[in-house]
Amino acid sequence: MDTAANIFGKACGYGGLYVFGRREYHSNIKGLHSYFHLRISPKEILANVNDVDLLAAFDAETAVRHINEVVPEGGVIIDSMQVNTKVLDIPTLPPEFKDELVKFMKENNVGETLNDWLNYAKQKNVHVFPVPYMELLNQIGEQLGIEKISKITRMINVLTIGVSFALFKYDRDLAEKAIRATFAEKGKIAEMNVTALNHAYDYAEENFDGFKHRLEKTEVNEERIFLTGNQAVAMGKVLGGCRVQTYYPITPAADESEYLEAHQIMKTGGDDEAIVVIQTEDEIAAINSAVGAALAGARAATSTSGPGFSLMVEGLSWAGHSEVPVVITYYQRGAPATGLPTRNGQADLRFAMHAGHGEFPRIILASGDIEECFYDAAKVFNLAEKYQMPVIHLLDKAMANCSQTYPVFDYGKFKIERGEILTEKELEGKEYRRFRFTETGVSPRAVLGTKNGVHWYTGDEHNEMGHISEEPLNRRLMVEKRMKKLDLVEKEMPVEDKLKFYGDRDSENIVVSWGSPKGAIIESLDMLKQEGFSLGFMQLRLLHPLPAGDVKKALEGKKRIIDVEDNYTGQLGGVIKEKTGIAPNFHILKYTGRPMTTTEVHAAIKAILTGKAPERQVLMFGS
Amino acid sequence: MGLKPSDFRVPDVFADWCPGCGDFGIMNGLQMAFAELGLEPHQIVVVSGIGCSGKEAHNVKAYGVHTLHGRTLPFATGIKVANPQLEVLAIGGDGDGLGIGAGHFVNTGRRNLDMTYIIHNNGVYGLTKGQASPTLQRDVQTKSLPKPNINEPVNPIGLAVISGYTFAARSYAFDVRHLKEMVKQGIQHKGLAFIECLQPCPTYNNLTTKDWYAGEDRKDASGKPQSRLYKLEETGFDPNVRDWSEDFQKKMAALDKAREWGDKIPIGVFYKNELEPTFQERIASRIPFYMERPPAKQKLCDESGMSKVDLAEFMEDLKTS
Repeated sequence: MDTAANIFGKACGYGGLYVFGRREYHSNIKGLHSYFHLRISPKEILANVNDVDLLAAFDAETAVRHINEVVPEGGVIIDSMQVNTKVLDIPTLPPEFKDELVKFMKENNVGETLNDWLNYAKQKNVHVFPVPYMELLNQIGEQLGIEKISKITRMINVLTIGVSFALFKYDRDLAEKAIRATFAEKGKIAEMNVTALNHAYDYAEENFDGFKHRLEKTEVNEERIFLTGNQAVAMGKVLGGCRVQTYYPITPAADESEYLEAHQIMKTGGDDEAIVVIQTEDEIAAINSAVGAALAGARAATSTSGPGFSLMVEGLSWAGHSEVPVVITYYQRGAPATGLPTRNGQADLRFAMHAGHGEFPRIILASGDIEECFYDAAKVFNLAEKYQMPVIHLLDKAMANCSQTYPVFDYGKFKIERGEILTEKELEGKEYRRFRFTETGVSPRAVLGTKNGVHWYTGDEHNEMGHISEEPLNRRLMVEKRMKKLDLVEKEMPVEDKLKFYGDRDSENIVVSWGSPKGAIIESLDMLKQEGFSLGFMQLRLLHPLPAGDVKKALEGKKRIIDVEDNYTGQLGGVIKEKTGIAPNFHILKYTGRPMTTTEVHAAIKAILTGKAPERQVLMFGS
Repeated sequence: MGLKPSDFRVPDVFADWCPGCGDFGIMNGLQMAFAELGLEPHQIVVVSGIGCSGKEAHNVKAYGVHTLHGRTLPFATGIKVANPQLEVLAIGGDGDGLGIGAGHFVNTGRRNLDMTYIIHNNGVYGLTKGQASPTLQRDVQTKSLPKPNINEPVNPIGLAVISGYTFAARSYAFDVRHLKEMVKQGIQHKGLAFIECLQPCPTYNNLTTKDWYAGEDRKDASGKPQSRLYKLEETGFDPNVRDWSEDFQKKMAALDKAREWGDKIPIGVFYKNELEPTFQERIASRIPFYMERPPAKQKLCDESGMSKVDLAEFMEDLKTS
C-alpha cells in the first residue's frame, strides 16, 4: 500500500502537483485496515481534509470505513468480487466498531452486504467502479507469460493506480515514470508493473465514465521533493553534523535511523564523512551510548518515541547534570503505555519537560511541519553544543509519517556552531577544569582524548574538576551554574526559533498550538479570512525554556485564546498559564490518534468565533 | 621517558574505600598496567558504574567517566565508537554488570568492540550495605543478609564466553602483579576483553574473605595455608584459539574451568580468540575511512563554520521533478 501511495504521489509530483499524504496503519504486519490519504492540488497543501473525491478500496473493510467520506460526484473503486461480502462478517472488524455499524445500518436503512452499502452511496450520487482485479491479473499474467497468479497479486496496487489515473484522466506517462523510478533497481519488476498499469488504465477508460474530477498536470520551473518527516529529520541530522546515531527499534522513530544507515556515507566536497548508526539492545543503551559518543566529541543523537524515552530518563538526567550535548529526537505517539503505537498524539509535552529526577537544564524544540523538521534537526546540534545540555527535538507521528511536497530545501547556508571546544594547544601548560564556574554557566569543553585536558565526569554532584563533591557551597554554585544556562538560551535564541506568527497578529482572536496541527490551523486561518473573520496564530517552537515574555506579550488583551492540541488536558495551554498567568479560554483537542484535518479545525474555530462553541471541543475525524 | 604508576595517581582525591578493600589493589593494578604499556593519561578513558568500584574512575589519572548504575558498557560503547583511537576501559561491580546491567553485558559481547571490561566481584552490594549480589552462592548468608541467599549465582566467565567476549580472564585484587598482567593482556587483546576480578569486601562479605581466599582455614601439615586460588597458566591450560576449528572446544574448556569454585578457584586467561572481527573492523568494512576519520574526528564544516555536506544524493531520491 505504501508503495502504491508513493507511486501515486510521485506521479502527481511529476505533473507539477503538490501532494500531502497521510499514512495510517495498525500495530501489526498485515491483516488489519491500513490506508493512505492523499491530497493533491496545483497549490501548496499543508494538511488533510475530511472529504474524499476518490476512494480506492482493496478490500470491503476500507469501503465500509470510508464510504461516508466520499463527496457527491466522488467515486469508489472496489474489487468486484467483494461486493457480496456481508459487512458484519468481515473478520477484521472489532466488536465495538460493529456496534457502530449496526446502528448506522439501522438508522440509514442500509442492508447487510457491501453491495447494499454501495447502493446507499450511489443514492448520494457517488459513482461506484467495480474492478474485476482477478480477471485483470489473469490477463496480465497471460500477457507476461506468468502462470502463477499468486506471484503477481501484489500488483493489485498498481492496477488501482491505473484505474484511478484513468478516472482522473491524468497523463499515464507520468505514472509510468513514477513506477520506473520506484523500481529503478529492479528493471523486470518495473516493466511488469508498467504493463499492469496500462492494462488497468485501458480497462477503466473502456468501462467507466461519469466521474468528473480531474487531475491536470501543470508546468513548474522549480525542483521539488516529496518526503516524510522521518526522512526530513534524517537529512537534517546529516547536515547538522550528527555522526553517531543510536536507536532501539520503535514506531514511529525507527524509519529515520534506517534511512540514515542506508545513506551512511556522505560527500562534502573534501573528505567524505559518515554517520555510524548503532542499533542498541534497548533505549537505555541508546541514550547512554549517544552520551558517550558526545563526550568523545562526536555530534550524537538518539531517536525514539514515548515508551523508549521513558527508559532514557535516567540517562537524560545524567546528561543534564554532566552538561552533555546530546540530541534526543522524540516522536510522540498515542500514549500512555503501549497506547496507540502507530497513531498520533501530543500528550508527552509535560513528560519531555519534566522527565528526569532533580532539576537540570534542557532545551525542547518542537517542529510544526516537515520543512521545520529538516532545519530543526540540524539546529538542535548547535544548541546542544553551544549550551552543553540535552536537546529534545519534539515531534509527533503525524509529521513522522506524513509526506509532503516542497521545493528542494535550500540548505547551503547552514552554519555549524560548536560552542567552545578547547584544543590540545589551548590547554597546554594550564590546569583545566571541565566545570569551571563562569558568568554564563557555560564552561569551555575539552572532549575525551584531548592532550592536556584530562578531567572527570560523575553522576554524583561534582566540583569544577569533575570529582565527587557534597560540599554545600559547591553544590549551590553548581546547581546555579547549570540552571542559569537556560537564561542564556532564552536570551540568545532567534525569535523565529521561539515562536512564529501567522494571520492577523493584531486580531482579538488568537490560536496557540505546537507541532503537527500547524498545517490544519494555517489552512483554516486562510479559509476564515476569506469568510471575513480576523484571527491570528502563534506557533510555539521553543517549549522549554518557554519564552514567557514573548508569549505574554502576544496574548495580553486578547478576547479569545484558542488552544489547539492533540491531547486531553491541553498541555501547552497549561504551560502557558503557568509561565505567563494567561490561560486559553477555548480548547480544541483531539486524542483519537488521528491527526487533525483542516475541515474539522476550521469548523471548530469558526464555531468559537461565532459564539456557538463550548469552551472545550473534542475532534473525532478519521478512522 | 615513560610514565611511572605513580604518575597515574590523583592527589586531589581521597580514595574513600574501607581499609582492606580490594578496590585499592585494582586501582594499583590499573596504574601499573597503564605505566607498563607506555600509555599517557589522555589516551585512556576509564568508564565506571555505580557502587564502590565506580570510584575507580576518580582515583586513576586518565579521562574518567563515572556513569549510571549498570550502564558502563553503553557509555563505553559510545565513546569507543566515536573515537576508536581511545583506550577504553569499562569498570563496574558484580551487581552493576550482572544484575542491573546484565542485558548490556550480553549484548556488548555481540559487538566485540576493542576495549576492556573489568568486573569487581565481591558477592555483595557494598554501598547499600551488603545485599546479595548476582554472584553470591545460593544458600549462603553473608553477615547483613536477613536470610540466606535464595538465588543461584551467575557465572561471569561462562556468561562472557557464550556472549561473544573474545577474551575472558580472572584475577584477584590482592595479587596485584597477576591483576596487572591480566589488565595488560586485556588491553592488548584485539577485541572485547572481560576480566573478572575477585575481591573480598572486608565490611559486608564475611565468607569469601582475604583469609578464605588465602586458605587460612585449610593449612597443610606444616601449618602453611593452602590458597584456594591457582593459576591456569601454571597448569598448562591453553586458552588461545588459533584456528576456528578449535573454537568450540576452547570455549567448552573455558566453561568447564569456569565451573570450578570452592576449594580450587582458577585465575588467569580462560579463553582468547583474535580471529573474530572487532566492531571497529565491522564498521570499517562499511565505512572505509572509519579508523582515520571516526565520528569524533570529522570536520563537519569549513573554517567559517559552513556545513559542507552535500545532500544531493538524498535529494535525488526524493525528487518529483
